[in-house]
Amino acid sequence: MTIQQMLVQLAEGMVITTQIFAVTLLVSLPLGLLVAFGRMSKNPVLRTVVKFYISIMRGTPLMLQLMVVYFGPYYLFGLRMGSGYRLWATFIGFSINYAAYFAEIYRSGIQSMPVGQYEAAQILGYGKGQTFFKIILPQVIKRILPSVTNEVITLVKDTSLAFTLSVAEMFSTAKALAAAQTNMIPLVAAGIFYYVFNLLVAFIMERVEKGLDYYR
Amino acid sequence: MKLLELNHVVKSFGELSVLKDISLSVEEGEIVSIIGPSGSGKSTLLRCATMLETMDRGEVIYLGRKAAWTGENGRAVYAGKKELKEIRSQYGLVFQNFNLFPHYSVMKNITDAPLHVQKRDRETVFREARELLKKMGLEDKEDAYPYQLSGGQCQRVAIARALALNPKILFFDEPTSALDPELTGEVLKVIRSLADLHIAMVIVTHEMAFAKDISHRVIFMADGVIVEEGAPERVFSSDNERTQSFLGRYGTIL
Ligand SMILES: Nc1ncnc2c1ncn2[C@@H]1O[C@H](COP(=O)(O)OP(=O)(O)OP(=O)(O)O)[C@@H](O)[C@H]1O
Ligand SMILES: [Mg+2]
Repeated sequence: MTIQQMLVQLAEGMVITTQIFAVTLLVSLPLGLLVAFGRMSKNPVLRTVVKFYISIMRGTPLMLQLMVVYFGPYYLFGLRMGSGYRLWATFIGFSINYAAYFAEIYRSGIQSMPVGQYEAAQILGYGKGQTFFKIILPQVIKRILPSVTNEVITLVKDTSLAFTLSVAEMFSTAKALAAAQTNMIPLVAAGIFYYVFNLLVAFIMERVEKGLDYYR
Repeated sequence: MKLLELNHVVKSFGELSVLKDISLSVEEGEIVSIIGPSGSGKSTLLRCATMLETMDRGEVIYLGRKAAWTGENGRAVYAGKKELKEIRSQYGLVFQNFNLFPHYSVMKNITDAPLHVQKRDRETVFREARELLKKMGLEDKEDAYPYQLSGGQCQRVAIARALALNPKILFFDEPTSALDPELTGEVLKVIRSLADLHIAMVIVTHEMAFAKDISHRVIFMADGVIVEEGAPERVFSSDNERTQSFLGRYGTIL
């Protein structure tokens, strides 16, 4: 196999990795906010259930969670999912895992907001939704951005865990190629890919942080 | 008609009884100062009147509309959401530490609620906001953000923000005690200039000379009760022992 052929295969893996990354962020960032609301809910049942969910997601390996999502439907309900389910299971597993982490980040940000902001909003007549989305959330986002950046960088590297479900993303492809061709190049290429991907993430997040620099 | 009536307001935090049966009323255009030692419940009273705090018992009435009353079980009952929203639009509150929205410019701090809460016409809102800024001596700060302002300027923006909603009554909770003495003067001057807007003002303050000068009526609170109230000359020359001992600490100023 020529180097070009290897790179074409790696590029296909790269597309899948990018897909896992994008879908996970698109789902888990808003889902995390909902989870954070549940975690801070006045309803004790909801609060406890959500707290338990978060602790499971944070307290067990993501690899194991991916397997549960993938094999669960068969072992629990006898459902045979088609082979296309591998990628879906990856999306679901990553999204619910990252939503738990983001929820805790949102929660710490929301709880760090001074109560005076809520009181000023109430006196000025803002409704609950307006207060949250106009006054609180923008400030929370600024506060939590560094923690979110950390999480996103971890996600780039975590996407390689999809190899557990034999999803042909960057890492699985590189590993398979390296073994079949007894050649280090695919692994080096994968390493460079993750590194450049994260440089890009860091660059974008820095720009976003700069964009929010207009106030303190 | 009375603008505000508080009747038999009672509030405790756990075991600590903070307001012990407080009644007071405010007439249209009236300026009332509340003075008293630290911990006597002045802030709590304002917070109950503005419904930031839920009282245990008592009545809150704005312009004859009941915001809260004592229910049959002896606990305070608050009016429905819609009624409270309308009642809330009658008053404003200026906080000790301003509580401006840091992510909004000065102009947006002032115009956002009139635009998105009261849903008033954009042009009018901006015109009025500019007039208010001028009155506050801040016409060049429209586009500044709160962190770029001094404490005194922040407090003046906060006052403008409250006035932009055209309240009938404006509460101040120690509006100058977070400020250096030289900044205190500029804020007091601005508050003084509001007297001719004929908005009623209820001002909790430790600035005795200011209270004496600006108020139609002074209320002296201690230990959760109103010890004395009346015209400033009367309260400031009172022979009540508690009033005297409190005012004695400010002796030289008066
Ligand atoms: N949220 C709260 N929880 C518990 N205790 C409180 C709370 N708010 C106020 N208190 C207590 O109630 C009492 C009255 O407080 P308040 O803030 O009304 O006094 P104040 O007259 O405004 O004093 P200052 O002049 O220092 O501002 C104090 O003993 C205070 O510790
Ligand atoms: Mg106080």
